[in-house]
Amino acid sequence: MLAKRIIPCLDVTGGRVVKGVNFVALRDAGDPVEIAARYNEQGADELTFLDITATSDGRDLILPIIEAVASQVFIPLTVGGGVRSVADVRRLLNAGADKVSFNSAAIARPDVIDEAAQKYGSQCIVVAIDAKRRSAEAEQQRGPDGQPLGPGWNVYSHGGRRDTGLDALQWAQDMARRGAGELLLTSMDKDGTQSGFDLALTRAVSDAVPIPVIASGGVGTLAHLADGITEGGADAVLAASIFHFGTFTIAQAKAYMAERGIAVRI
Amino acid sequence: MTNSPILAVVDYGSGNLRSVWQAARHAAADTDWQVVLTQDAAVIRSAHRIILPGQGAMADCMRELRESGLLEPVLRAAESKPLFGVCVGMQMLLDHSEEGDTPSLGLIPGRVQRFRLEGRRQPDGSRYKIPQMGWNRVTRPQGRPAHPMWAGIADGSWYYFVHSYYAQLRDDAHCAGQADYGGLFAAAIARDNLFATQFHPEKSADQGIALYRNFLFWQP
Repeated sequence: MLAKRIIPCLDVTGGRVVKGVNFVALRDAGDPVEIAARYNEQGADELTFLDITATSDGRDLILPIIEAVASQVFIPLTVGGGVRSVADVRRLLNAGADKVSFNSAAIARPDVIDEAAQKYGSQCIVVAIDAKRRSAEAEQQRGPDGQPLGPGWNVYSHGGRRDTGLDALQWAQDMARRGAGELLLTSMDKDGTQSGFDLALTRAVSDAVPIPVIASGGVGTLAHLADGITEGGADAVLAASIFHFGTFTIAQAKAYMAERGIAVRI
Repeated sequence: MTNSPILAVVDYGSGNLRSVWQAARHAAADTDWQVVLTQDAAVIRSAHRIILPGQGAMADCMRELRESGLLEPVLRAAESKPLFGVCVGMQMLLDHSEEGDTPSLGLIPGRVQRFRLEGRRQPDGSRYKIPQMGWNRVTRPQGRPAHPMWAGIADGSWYYFVHSYYAQLRDDAHCAGQADYGGLFAAAIARDNLFATQFHPEKSADQGIALYRNFLFWQP
């Protein structure tokens, strides 16, 4: 049967991997090929590179990184952050990315997902959704059907700074219908807290769409990773800091998940 | 000019070309094989072995292969040279695909159809998602010797899949490896000098590189 995936996420800016990476015996903590190779050795199932460059000037600096990693490390690579157009997809795929992740651009113009999926296939189009539980006020706001939205989650854009007013479940379904092949779902409430995934959100989205869902945001322990699968119903789990800071290795995470009866590639 | 043997990766515009080429090159690193990515029919005619990649929609892949002028040299190569089809490059070897109702190359009898797993649950209770995206174990069919392409690779090794359609072979003898996603399906198929995988060896870490390496030395 299909294994559940563990995906470390690497932040990239100015042509370097940033955010403390704490592997023992790395010559250069920021060298993307070395980091990618190390994660591969530990058994990472995929790698996600998030371009956190603020300006479009610096954006292309990720291309040589992807090229270098893709020529040495033979597992799937996803790239997100600042992806705007079908032309961006082409450039990233040509550089060696296997999947490209849209976020704000899909909110600004949802047709870009139809176009990108049509051109390159759903298998390489990921939509990242940043979701946040609605406030009591927002629950009273009326949705497209004229009814109060009620409890749930809204989609945020621009790195989680802007409330789009979109309902996360409806947005997830819309993106799947338009041709997204996978969703990367981040809980804004949980991100950075190390208190575990928003399991209710993860479960709700995972049950709402026919495509795979990657849970993200809030992992602090190995139990959190496993819960994302067993409670949240996620197909894959993404984490950054617990792996970067060396708190746990991917191998430890997999051993733990296997103990919990989750199918993992070991 | 050297006299090193040539492995040609057919470049007809498919998306995963570079990955396939890079992984094959990596697999051939300490051999005298030269791995070339080519759009040139003459190179395909003179190459010793061929990899046929493929990604995206079946109908597009077939059309692009035809329009590139490489269909004829690929068919000619498939008559006698070792040929390795990957993903849609595997599906194209069969007779027909349900995806876009597309006739394909007819080199191995069978059809390609979409997973029909709606509403079904995996053994762990989670629902089946389509595409199947991720790592799955590939096992060898029981009761006959393993295909020589598996030399040195453990039965049940993990490979990376991304697909919504799968091969339904007319003759089980052409199945070289199977995986389970709502039932067993052909993850690798083979006939004579043809070998092909639904999964992506170029994204399957060491086990994938090992398969490309075996392809260099396979004597069908």
